[in-house]
Amino acid sequence: MSTMTENQIPENQIPLTPEQIESFGEELDAIRQRVLADRGERDANYIRKVIRAQRGLEVAGRGLLWAGVFPPAWIAGTAALSLSKILDNMEIGHNVMHGQYDWMNDPALSGKQFEWDNACPADQWRHSHNYMHHTHTNIVGKDRDIGYGVLRMSEDQRWKPYYLGNPVYATLLALFFQYGVALHDLEVERLTSGEAKLAEKRTLLGGIWRKVRRQTLKDYVIFPALSGPFFLFPLAGNATANLVRNVWSFTIIFCGHFPEGTHEFTEEETENESRGQWYYRQLLGSANLSGSRPFHILAGNLSFQIEHHLFPDLPANRYAEISTEVREICERYGIPYNVGPLGKQFGSVVRKICRLSLPDRKGRGELLARSA
Amino acid sequence: MSPPTTAAAPSRRAIPGLGLLDLIAGPHGIDGYLGQISPTMVTGECRAEVVAARHGTEDSVTLTLRPNRVWQGARAGQFVQVSVEIDGVRHTRCYSPASPEGSGRELEITIKRHPDGLVSNFLADHAQPGMVIGLSQADGDFHLPDPRPDSILLIGAGSGITPLMAILRTLSAEGHGGRIALIQYAPDPDRTIYRQELDRLAAENPNFKLSRSYTRAPGAGELDGHFSPAHLPQAEPSFATAETFACGPPALLDAVRGTWANGLERRLHVESFAAPSLLPVGEPGTGSIRFAGSNLEVENTGASILEQAEQAGVPAQSGCRMGICHTCTCRKLSGTVKNLLTEEVSAAPDEEIQLCVSAPLSDLVIDL
Repeated sequence: MSTMTENQIPENQIPLTPEQIESFGEELDAIRQRVLADRGERDANYIRKVIRAQRGLEVAGRGLLWAGVFPPAWIAGTAALSLSKILDNMEIGHNVMHGQYDWMNDPALSGKQFEWDNACPADQWRHSHNYMHHTHTNIVGKDRDIGYGVLRMSEDQRWKPYYLGNPVYATLLALFFQYGVALHDLEVERLTSGEAKLAEKRTLLGGIWRKVRRQTLKDYVIFPALSGPFFLFPLAGNATANLVRNVWSFTIIFCGHFPEGTHEFTEEETENESRGQWYYRQLLGSANLSGSRPFHILAGNLSFQIEHHLFPDLPANRYAEISTEVREICERYGIPYNVGPLGKQFGSVVRKICRLSLPDRKGRGELLARSA
Repeated sequence: MSPPTTAAAPSRRAIPGLGLLDLIAGPHGIDGYLGQISPTMVTGECRAEVVAARHGTEDSVTLTLRPNRVWQGARAGQFVQVSVEIDGVRHTRCYSPASPEGSGRELEITIKRHPDGLVSNFLADHAQPGMVIGLSQADGDFHLPDPRPDSILLIGAGSGITPLMAILRTLSAEGHGGRIALIQYAPDPDRTIYRQELDRLAAENPNFKLSRSYTRAPGAGELDGHFSPAHLPQAEPSFATAETFACGPPALLDAVRGTWANGLERRLHVESFAAPSLLPVGEPGTGSIRFAGSNLEVENTGASILEQAEQAGVPAQSGCRMGICHTCTCRKLSGTVKNLLTEEVSAAPDEEIQLCVSAPLSDLVIDL
């Protein structure tokens, strides 16, 4: 199966002249400069409002789950805590840790100091995500978000029988996503292949262990214990909230880079990139989700994955308003702008996960030829 | 003296069970929730509520602050860092409280408008009861010593009067019996900060002698013109034996330092109230500064390293911008810099330097 966008731009060939790609980059730079100069009280008020809502939902959720023996309290509490964890990780944690609000000089919103309600230690996230993923977006072999070291998400990853389990691994990763993210910086696949040694990863492991222990104690020991004999109700509520957050963030994040039409790149293709070419790669490697304003907030505005990848350190509440301009620029230069509703984009991700569990058609042909 | 690292330096008082609370409230900590109820309820950051704002002169505002429980009090003469948020951005400046030592839960600061001063004009225009500002713990060596000296001379210009006011009020509250003299420099009587209170103190205390010089209203005060050694015999004949505290702009302090030479220096304490003029030490435009953390390199313009970092868009913490608060202190990985305040040269690698008062003497690598 081949999509429109892939037909338009075969083999990642840039259809623009060097002059065009540079003027394309300059137009995007101009958007960036304009938003940078305009940051102010509006953005500060926005992120503080989201934090206020998150803290309120969390306190309400924990309180209701304390009395979780009553079914309505359990349902409302689990919903509130799920929303709290989603807001904390997506619109607050992810964006604050990008340094989107560093210009405010507020220690509570400092990208370097922020810690989130997630098993992954914030400092490891900043390395694996802000640096590795955002610098090397969709470069196979360098961007470890392509499959998180366990999945086959690109034809450029060579098929092996292990990948027959692709759909199963993806389901497990979705259910336990926070632990997948926590182990991300460990580079488990390089450990199993012998490229890296466990001894080198001691510090990382220590950090993960401390963070996971704190998170586990809080969600699965202390808060349940506060309910005494009814400890099972908050325990189940907390587990459900973590699960809901895991599946939600997995869904949003996988829809950001893996729907049909997004491109992967090789290291050779991206050597000595200019600013315009870098923008171009971020655009082709990302896909947006259409939806309502509450949907975008719960998605941490990663539903504007394209704008986020072009401008990872601009306050995320600005992505919606600049997306119309970015789209217009793309149309003018004939560059595909990949956007669709959640159902369509996620369906396409699921199909890709299943399709890539099998050898490529070309590969399959070779296999057949060899066996014949 | 250990300088505060940031305006939000943790200075948490021991509250039983805080460890468990922090685990429950993790990862944001108990302050992440208390601060939502009221910004001054936090336990790890000093903040204060403005309880009164009074315009003592046309170009100054005097704020009465009520700090939260984190505040540990100040010695008379010390400074604090005050943080306010203007259009979403937190700005920090140093001010010396004018309230006396041990004055309970309240703190008074006086802010004089600077023509281009972002924070001073913001506070003068917008400070009103209920506003919450950030505060650091008090710091600085410029304070009244223990035991109190027998004879004290105070020299202050403009808003440099504020730490001297704290000293005077403290001595007055203690019923100090020794001699106290104050020479106050101001443009004219209307722009004389704390004029009425000082007049009253002078009238009530025979051991307190007040002399004023109005630099733009000759003849209106006991003295005339900017500081000169000729002012001293008239204001305090035995100035050579008095413990002297001077606060004001660099020109005043330079003149005072010039007078207190040849062995008198040890009786002189000074506090600068304006940024030193940053004259390029190396040739401007020679050499480069590399900001290792941001992976950015710029040509040295001759300005302070802090200014060059800001121009390059490197996120640098800063506070007083005059070399006293150490908020901008940063590790220099290699290269030589000169501290423009102290003339000290730092040539060894891995030394902490104050970015706002340091200028490059060679190629630099800064851990920023």
